[in-house]
Amino acid sequence: MIDLSVRIGNLTLANPVMPASGTFAEGLDKVMDFNRLGAFVTKTITRELRAGNPLPRVVERAGGLINSIGIPSKGVLYFLEHTLPYYAGYKPPLVVSISAPTAEDFAQLAAEMSVPGVDVIEANISCPNIEEDGKAFAMRASSTESVVRLLRAATPLPLWVKLTPNTGDLPDVARAAELAGADALVVANTILAMAIDLETFKPCLGNIMGGLSGPAIKPIVLRQVYQCARTVKIPVIGCGGISTTEDAIEYMLAGAAAVQVGTATFVQPAAMTTIIDGLVRFCERRDIARVADLIGAVLNEESDEVELAWVAPPQ
Amino acid sequence: MTIEQTISQAGRATDSAAPWTPSVVGEIAEVISNDCVNAEYRHLVVRCGAVSASAQPGQFFQLLCPHSDGAQPFLRRPMSLYGADPVRGEVEFLYKIAGAGTRGLATLGAGDSVDIMGPLGAGFTLDPSLRHIVAIGRGAGLATLAPLAKAAKANGTRVTAIFSARRPELVLSVDLFTGQGADVIAVTDSEGTSGPAHIERILRGLIAENRCQAFYTCGSSRLLRVQQRLAREFEIPGQVAMEQQMACGIGLCFCCVRDFNVGGEIVSRRVCWDGPVFDMMEALP
Ligand SMILES: Cc1cc2nc3c(=O)[nH]c(=O)nc-3n(C[C@H](O)[C@H](O)[C@H](O)COP(=O)(O)OP(=O)(O)OC[C@H]3O[C@@H](n4cnc5c(N)ncnc54)[C@H](O)[C@@H]3O)c2cc1C
Ligand SMILES: Cc1cc2nc3c(=O)[nH]c(=O)nc-3n(C[C@H](O)[C@H](O)[C@H](O)COP(=O)(O)O)c2cc1C
Repeated sequence: MIDLSVRIGNLTLANPVMPASGTFAEGLDKVMDFNRLGAFVTKTITRELRAGNPLPRVVERAGGLINSIGIPSKGVLYFLEHTLPYYAGYKPPLVVSISAPTAEDFAQLAAEMSVPGVDVIEANISCPNIEEDGKAFAMRASSTESVVRLLRAATPLPLWVKLTPNTGDLPDVARAAELAGADALVVANTILAMAIDLETFKPCLGNIMGGLSGPAIKPIVLRQVYQCARTVKIPVIGCGGISTTEDAIEYMLAGAAAVQVGTATFVQPAAMTTIIDGLVRFCERRDIARVADLIGAVLNEESDEVELAWVAPPQ
Repeated sequence: MTIEQTISQAGRATDSAAPWTPSVVGEIAEVISNDCVNAEYRHLVVRCGAVSASAQPGQFFQLLCPHSDGAQPFLRRPMSLYGADPVRGEVEFLYKIAGAGTRGLATLGAGDSVDIMGPLGAGFTLDPSLRHIVAIGRGAGLATLAPLAKAAKANGTRVTAIFSARRPELVLSVDLFTGQGADVIAVTDSEGTSGPAHIERILRGLIAENRCQAFYTCGSSRLLRVQQRLAREFEIPGQVAMEQQMACGIGLCFCCVRDFNVGGEIVSRRVCWDGPVFDMMEALP
């Protein structure tokens, strides 16, 4: 029996595979047994009721898609009355993604969401901060630190902080989040991108710019996970272009303690459970007893440490 | 099904006895045939598993299109169910070659594999007590309406189908409808018979003969408006299958939203999940 469990702070997940925020909803239970997932992650919830962005909201490009869905939200009450009871029937822990335009609002929402049935708060600080000219909180270490500090004070629940890949200061931002009390980091959100229609000369998205996701971004975000994992002591959850078991393992080797699968689900709806099955097979083949042994096991120099012998088993 | 309804169905209890089974699958189907129907459309028949073959009229599949000419469609493409045979384990699609994805589909031949995902969405509901319904479609919309003919026949419901196309040779699926005992009226742009005024006259005639107890429609906002007007005037119910650019097809991404008028309130719904079939009176053409 391979031990698939991983620990994220005080929380033990049955396996390291969970959905990425905004790419998961109840409908997927037609495709997979939800009780097999490591965790549930909701679409980002905001306090205000929002309609989301103008259409078209997605455009595909080689190896991925650019989205400008925005955050259509039905608000807190709807979440508490409908979404929360729905997930209560399942085993995996519920991670609630939240967002807000100011640090104060963020903290208040975190407090409101810290109710029985919610296991983790994932703060999507890759969203625009109106106090910083619309620049995302996670673009800078200073704004990251101040919002995470308030969030930390506002909720007793484990706090995961989701970072943006669009900053040049990622290790600093990661360190700031850790210092301010984050229990884990999610690396990362989408990469700011654009596409233009050659028929009309207009941008392909109603919102002009959007976030790139899917296999196209994997090598970039993998590098960022690697950098963050070397910088902080708290767990890093990898998210960006993971479609296969191999992708998930690569992320874990780079230092991810768990992975989130987003866009891949749009192409292969059972991607998450397929990856979980693949992890078992990979560990069996390589004689790895615990999937957690993969975390950060990338070898930078030649190593003759005995306990790492499974990395290249003798032929 | 609306978002509200689906969410309020509580999640499966941890200790529930019934084992989970999928009701939507992504699977590799085998192409039985993929023939040209006319200059623009192809008819794809595939062999598939029981879940896919249980698809109902108005539901759709998301097809992963083969790469062609260096183009690599990343997302799946939505295609309405054109026919399903649960006994033989087959589903059929009727598609128009529009761009990279459908060009890729056109390269498939018998024996090839194609990755299909479905059945998706909420299809048509057919009240078995109806004696006579009208199906009105244009373009690829006819593909969506086609399985209704068989389902209506099974209920003993008569169908009058009004098919709209640019030219007579592009009118599709007439045999499929007449084969199920439906009356088919073809209207075309080239013959000047497809205008809303003419269609309204045809519909008023059918209503007067009590041959229009419900509308089923797809593929034209112009025709939708005509039907909505008549439906209001004569209190006739109706259903419309809608399209919108989609990504996931299963309600996750909120890219295919449209506005609906629900009792005077504008409500945003996901075409892939809350539809693609909606109450005709709530649709905003
Ligand atoms: C629920 C649903 C059912 C459908 N059923 C059928 C069907 O049975 N037969 C059929 O021929 N087509 C159907 N369509 C439309 C079909 O999905 C598109 O024609 C197809 O996705 C085009 O893909 P492509 O890569 O060939 O072209 P692209 O290069 O993606 O697009 C070519 C052109 O088609 C338009 N287009 C793209 N996606 C859609 C869409 N979803 N709806 C309308 N126009 C679109 C584009 O704007 C562009 O102008 C359906 C669409 C939906 C949403
Ligand atoms: C359609 C879509 C909607 C998304 N919505 C959210 C969201 O609401 N909140 C969030 O934190 N990330 C959101 N994301 C980003 C994903 O959670 C994820 O970080 C990103 O897509 C990279 O992972 P992937 O390549 O596996 O998709 C969204 C992504 C997509 C494609």
